[in-house]
Amino acid sequence: MKQVFTRTPSLKDVQTHFCPGCHHGGIHRLVAEALDEFGLRERTIGCASVGCSVFLYGYFDVDVVESPHGRAPAVATGVKRARPDRIVFTYQGDGDLAAIGTSEIIHAANRGEDITVIFVNNTTYGMTGGQMAPTTMPGQKTSTSPLGRSIKNDGAPFKMAELLSNLDGVTFSARVALNNPRNVLQAKKLIKTAFQYQVEGKGFSFIEALAACPTNWGMQPLSANERIGSEMIPYFPLGICKNTHNL
Amino acid sequence: MSEKIFVKGNEAVAMAAIEAGVRCYFGYPITPQSDIPEYLSRELPKTGGTFIQVESEIGAINMVLGASAAGVRAMTSSSGPGISLKQEGISYMAGSELPGVIVDIMRQGPGLGGIDASQADYFQATRGGGHGGYRIIVLAPDSVQEMYDLTMLAFDLSDIYRMPAMVLADSVIGQMKESIVANSRPETPLPVKDWAVRGRAEGADQNVVKSLKLGDGEMEAFHWAMHARYQELADKESRWEEYQTADAEMIVTAFGSTARIARTAIEGARAEGMKVGLLRPITLFPFPKQAYTALSARCKRFLDIELSTGQMIDDVRLSVARDTDVAFYGRPPGAGSLPTPEELLEQIRKIY
Ligand SMILES: Cc1ncc(C[n+]2csc(CCOP(=O)(O)OP(=O)(O)O)c2C)c(N)n1
Ligand code: SF4
Repeated sequence: MKQVFTRTPSLKDVQTHFCPGCHHGGIHRLVAEALDEFGLRERTIGCASVGCSVFLYGYFDVDVVESPHGRAPAVATGVKRARPDRIVFTYQGDGDLAAIGTSEIIHAANRGEDITVIFVNNTTYGMTGGQMAPTTMPGQKTSTSPLGRSIKNDGAPFKMAELLSNLDGVTFSARVALNNPRNVLQAKKLIKTAFQYQVEGKGFSFIEALAACPTNWGMQPLSANERIGSEMIPYFPLGICKNTHNL
Repeated sequence: MSEKIFVKGNEAVAMAAIEAGVRCYFGYPITPQSDIPEYLSRELPKTGGTFIQVESEIGAINMVLGASAAGVRAMTSSSGPGISLKQEGISYMAGSELPGVIVDIMRQGPGLGGIDASQADYFQATRGGGHGGYRIIVLAPDSVQEMYDLTMLAFDLSDIYRMPAMVLADSVIGQMKESIVANSRPETPLPVKDWAVRGRAEGADQNVVKSLKLGDGEMEAFHWAMHARYQELADKESRWEEYQTADAEMIVTAFGSTARIARTAIEGARAEGMKVGLLRPITLFPFPKQAYTALSARCKRFLDIELSTGQMIDDVRLSVARDTDVAFYGRPPGAGSLPTPEELLEQIRKIY
């Protein structure tokens, strides 16, 4: 029998702890495929963040260093400056990157650190039980915005892919989603491009991946997936925000 | 190298770091330690190393964490307000068993405080400072020469015991100039950093540097292992200096700049016929308990002097023989609060 689907070597042969319908697993896979297509597994160092993706080391078969909540871009800076010939990526949720870690991400981006940042925007704090995130959408109910996010009280959601693309140090910034096969293919292509920037030593590359968190959205996996297309993409448009070298 | 050079304490720290092979320095300006980043921004790149002026002390300590996890010697420096911000990262480094050197040139506090000499961060330094229950190595220089020598020692001890090490001085020691010999890096046997993240090409297994420990019994075992490591440190690495203790009937104890002033006061006391000696801890963690125990077996009067309302005195009292009288003289930090030798001599006369 011909095998048509295999596990990519940068991912371990284990089951993940993610909830049914969670997109972290899919994003892990696309990142691992990008690493393997460039043959980077042996020289990649992942910087895990604090959130549902904290077990990065359990799923990726690459060296991993755990970072305090929000600090992965600083940790990655230290790793990359210590070992400039390695491929270094961070993998961060929206609470991690766009709330507690705003200082670290903005400054790593502005310095043009030669790293790749994978930013998972699921509009909520997954791990701590669905509190409001900096990306929670206007009107979205969460456990700490029971009446819905109020722009007056909480401000508007951060659009990180656009925000970072304004910085000179950022060479590549794009937003992707995994809600349908076409978007998955596009996500795969853009994640690969982000790593290509680093392989060619061209500076800071950023991927924002829209993701479902059915558990904390209080939805079934299918309807959570649908929400990405019906609510998130209109607010967080997909595509390339910046591609300095047209890679 | 044996010729003498005339440098500031803070410069001596920076020079020693380069001699010790530091590859990365990450820091944020704050008085009274800014000479350290200034020197390293100029000199470290010449040796192929990295200098980054970071957006905050939080960023800086996490860069130290990353560089150290990647297996190179990394350091940061700051003073009170910045050291407070670094505590998160120091706790993670302790939990991840990462080496790394933190230089703390103490200033007054709490809060913004002021920039005069203080020893009121003794507790913050020696009790770990951050969350979770851990200790770090703390070295307390009292001269520019020791700023140099102890910075190099901090790198070695930190690598050997796989825990952060702090050089704890104050603005007097950081800012004053003395002539020193810039000794070559000692040839200390160091463990291979086979735990570092470097990409798997160099090692068969995946390396993970983390503080998350969720396995059954894993965290408890970690704490006991660290406890044993602290004990080993205390047995092997406790350092102190004794001055005129052989015939002493009274012991003055102080660290850092205070010990320098105490030494002059002791010379005055000796001139008046009082048999007074000095016990100066050089390692604050591990605290050189053995020296206190030994001296207090025969000498029952101690005077502890600090630039605070009394912090090290807790460790002194825990270390001396039970029937020892430990008196205290403190000048909490602040402009004009540095005691004079005459002032300390007056205290000695009172107790002797
Ligand atoms: C300093 C600090 N504050 C708070 C927490 C608690 N905490 C753990 S994960 C998390 C939020 C995670 O949300 P996100 O980054 O969006 O990732 P997700 O779980 O959704 O993937 C928080 C607040 C922490 N670990 N450290
Ligand atoms: S809580 Fe949400 S983000 Fe976390 S694993 Fe479950 S679905 Fe995924």
